Amino acid sequence: MAQPATFSELDAERAEFYRHLLRQMLLIRRFEERAGEAYAQGKIGGFCHLYIGQEAVAVGGIAALGDDDYILASYREHGHALARGMGAREVMAELYGRVTGCARGKGGSMHLFDVSRGFLGGHAIVGGHIPLAAGTAFAAKYRGTSQVTLCFFGEAAVNIGAFHETLNMAALWKLPAIFLCENNRYGMGTALERASAVWDIAHRACSYDMASETADGMDVLAMYDSTKRAVDRARNEGLPTLIEARTYRYMGHSMADPIHGHYRTKEELEEQKQRDPIESFRQRLFDEGLLDQETNDRMVADIEEEVEDAVKFSEDSADPDDEELFTDVYRD
Amino acid sequence: MATKVFMEALSPTMEEGKVVSWEKNEGDAVKTGDVLAEVETDKAVMELQARGDGVLRKVLAAEGATVEVGKLVAVIAAPDEDITELLGEAGDGKRGSQHETADEPVAAKRTPAAAPAERPREPSRAPTPAPATTPAPAPGGGGITVAERVKASPLARRIAAERGIDLTIIRGTGPAGRIIQRDVEAAERAPRAAPAPVYAADGYEDVGLSQMRKTIAKRLVESIGPIPHFFLTAEVDMERTADARQALNALGEEPKISFNDIILKIVAMALTRHRACNAWWQGDHIRYFNEVHIGMAVAIDEGLITPVIRNAHQKSLREIGREARELAERARARKLTPEEYTGATFSVSNLGMLDIDQFTAVINPPEAGILAIGAITEKPVAHEGSVVVRKRMRITMSCDHRVIDGATGARFLQSVSQMLENPLAIVW
Amino acid sequence: MSTVTYRDALNQALREEMERDPNVFLMGEEVGVYQGAYKVSRGLLERFGEQRVVDTPIAELGFAGVGVGAAMVGLRPIIEFMTWNFALLAIDEVVNSAAKMLYMSGGQMPIPIVFRGPGGAALQLGAQHSQAFESWYAHVPGLKVVAPATPYDAKGLLKSAIRDDNPVVFLEGEMLYNTKGEVPEEEYVVPLGVADVKREGTDVTVIVHSKTVAVGMKAAQQLEEEHDISAEVVDLRTIRPLDSQAIVQSVQKTNRCVIVEEGWPFCGVGAQVAFEIQRDAFDDLDAPVERVTGADVPMPYNKKLERATKPSPAAVVDAVKRVAYID
Repeated sequence: MAQPATFSELDAERAEFYRHLLRQMLLIRRFEERAGEAYAQGKIGGFCHLYIGQEAVAVGGIAALGDDDYILASYREHGHALARGMGAREVMAELYGRVTGCARGKGGSMHLFDVSRGFLGGHAIVGGHIPLAAGTAFAAKYRGTSQVTLCFFGEAAVNIGAFHETLNMAALWKLPAIFLCENNRYGMGTALERASAVWDIAHRACSYDMASETADGMDVLAMYDSTKRAVDRARNEGLPTLIEARTYRYMGHSMADPIHGHYRTKEELEEQKQRDPIESFRQRLFDEGLLDQETNDRMVADIEEEVEDAVKFSEDSADPDDEELFTDVYRD
Repeated sequence: MATKVFMEALSPTMEEGKVVSWEKNEGDAVKTGDVLAEVETDKAVMELQARGDGVLRKVLAAEGATVEVGKLVAVIAAPDEDITELLGEAGDGKRGSQHETADEPVAAKRTPAAAPAERPREPSRAPTPAPATTPAPAPGGGGITVAERVKASPLARRIAAERGIDLTIIRGTGPAGRIIQRDVEAAERAPRAAPAPVYAADGYEDVGLSQMRKTIAKRLVESIGPIPHFFLTAEVDMERTADARQALNALGEEPKISFNDIILKIVAMALTRHRACNAWWQGDHIRYFNEVHIGMAVAIDEGLITPVIRNAHQKSLREIGREARELAERARARKLTPEEYTGATFSVSNLGMLDIDQFTAVINPPEAGILAIGAITEKPVAHEGSVVVRKRMRITMSCDHRVIDGATGARFLQSVSQMLENPLAIVW
Repeated sequence: MSTVTYRDALNQALREEMERDPNVFLMGEEVGVYQGAYKVSRGLLERFGEQRVVDTPIAELGFAGVGVGAAMVGLRPIIEFMTWNFALLAIDEVVNSAAKMLYMSGGQMPIPIVFRGPGGAALQLGAQHSQAFESWYAHVPGLKVVAPATPYDAKGLLKSAIRDDNPVVFLEGEMLYNTKGEVPEEEYVVPLGVADVKREGTDVTVIVHSKTVAVGMKAAQQLEEEHDISAEVVDLRTIRPLDSQAIVQSVQKTNRCVIVEEGWPFCGVGAQVAFEIQRDAFDDLDAPVERVTGADVPMPYNKKLERATKPSPAAVVDAVKRVAYID
């Protein structure tokens, strides 16, 4: 990237980047709201895990990556796919199970893929994809490329064996991987404190002599900064990092689960929403003069149109042909 | 699962059967293969066997009743199975129920106590147990297919279908009587006669009809009825046969040789030399046999039956004698199976023991000839220039003129006569 | 031709394929410095270096997943499990990741990976170290499952497996490593999914794979000598995809079939094979298909009991006599 010549140019570039981050978070929010509606209407089936409340983590984290880098995510990955630049149409169509979806309707909400963008899947076995991320990082190192791998997972995944086996090997073999733990406080309905002996997840890295950070997952810039440091470490030193992003899930575990109830109170939810990553960031942009109302409104309107278009596209798209049932089981 | 017991076709021509006796009573446990009843067919008294396991729950035909083939005569079922619906079917008169003289509770005379058990156990659930008037859809009008399931390996079935072999006549040697490949192949190698006798392809020769033969057939039928008979009679000197018989029996072997045995043996031998008389009229062709299967008419109380001595040309006099005796006994006891009284290529009827001097016998179609044997009597005859008393016997051959011409039959009869007059020919 | 062990035939396959394609690497416990727990990878570290012959911690789930991840972006990993018994720890990555990735990505991401290692019943290793896993993996669409019996097949099939663009579960016979056989000097491969008639016969088809090939061959010899029965021994070689055509052709010829495998009977390989036979060769069968399997128990330690759990030539002979209706 060429260096800006003046402070005003620097400001302009920064403003554009920030507005881009805001736009991505707004897109995810609106997309997830509409996905929730479609689910409620029975148009989306299965499990559908919404990302509302956690937008800053995916947007800030992925913004720190280059185009050739790899991303792996869990099953709560609509936001990550959108943040990676996948179209709202192909993501929504996949939720609808349409042949126009990013996995031809055969993956679904939990299995979004776009190999051309290095988006290597939503994976639906908790923690099962963490070793895969070490594998893609291993491949980059094997080939001598500078690609890094960013792997998202929830805080509940840090108690499974795959997490520990992978962190050990990533540190042992010095793999260019970033393990970004989205601590949204609940593994389904079990609070972190009820599942983990160590509440500071970043501390888990100590076992493997791995660099770690704790970041404010409700602050998109903090997420960007933190991830950027880890990306640089991976790219330049070939070393892995564990980042704990402290964030919060507004919705239930999936659309089929309660938003609050036995496991958390409505008051807690309302309190957390005061730190909303989108509203706080937008206010900051207003405050710093990087965003005006008109631009904001236009942005919101554009997003509304984009998401509506994605819904319409999905509704109008066809199901896969019956022949698709047996394709892609094996590669000939 | 209940098993319906039908009046089965126990002979090829049987249309109805008379229940002679029930060998099982209502309430008896029965297994597949157990004899349920003795049934008198048009030919013999046969066994009606169980084709399912369970308890003989209901008998529907009284002893003495005559029942059409395919009609329900009994029901085998589990002790507590509801069979009211099945019993309803029994009343279906699709093929006419006139023979079902079960006008009283059939088994009552044997097991009066068993009858009440047949009422539904839970009357509250079935207040009007399946009325007999219910038009139960008796499948196929009460055909016998239900009971005819044959256990055979898929391969055995395929081979049998390909080669036109009837699985129902084959005894399976696999587990639980399963017919397997080797059984079908064995059956093919050594075909057993059956209701529809199967002969090996090299066992006979089919010869097409010449125009003359067709014309003769047609005209003769027109002139004297369905089978154009003609008759040939010869008187045979039986002195040397009588001597031979006496000499043989003097050896003390049992059973004794009868004149009839010797006649059967000699007829069989003669037929091998006169294939033209060992034949079937087949409508559009004549079948000449290379094997000799002699039908032997046996008088029984109710009439006549003709058991068959198979491959008589290959059997010794003693074998023929023993077999003739067994068959006659079984015929009189009405125990012959269908394969034992079908498939003859020529027949012999002997009324000599009834002092009939000479008679004509009626041909058994599709056979083309039958030989009627009269009594052996002593009479004065000219012998070597003087009149002496000698044992004489008259034999008369009935011929189907469509198959056998006069001279053809005469030459056969001549052979028979010569051999009877010189019985050493048997060992020739 | 030269005579080599099953172990060395596998070693040759690994070496040749690593020479041929720089994307191929070997990863697993003790594969490098130690030269392989069963010495299959002997000399490979020295030849290819640490980058391509990677010793791992004891972390089957982890390194299996690393392999799948590397395959996701185009490398061709060979993941060695020290034995398949340990691979149960990794089965999530084999089944949920490797087998399904191509399908659930809508065809975007093939997984060209080989999971290999010794399996099957061993000698007095007890319940946890002595078992056959063919049917476990053969159940899964997306996986190919190979179980060679001879050095020739082991080498040729492993080369095909490495070149295949799908995840291949390659089950080597732990008791076969020292067996010897002819292997050509020149390059060859054995295609996946093709069975091999190891012995021609006319009276009964004996279907075998891996270690039971030897069992079937011994039984066939005994049947010929003692009962004048000509047994055709068909080695599946690949369990999935199954060479149904070869199986059916043989059964159509012999009309009788006995299936032999080391695994447990319930839902075993033979269950599937028997199903296909009754579907495609029903009218050719003169007897129900028989199976000879490992006993339906965890493997006992005691030698006598252990012997009783394994398929034996005697058990195969008995089964053949049953399908041939010989008392």
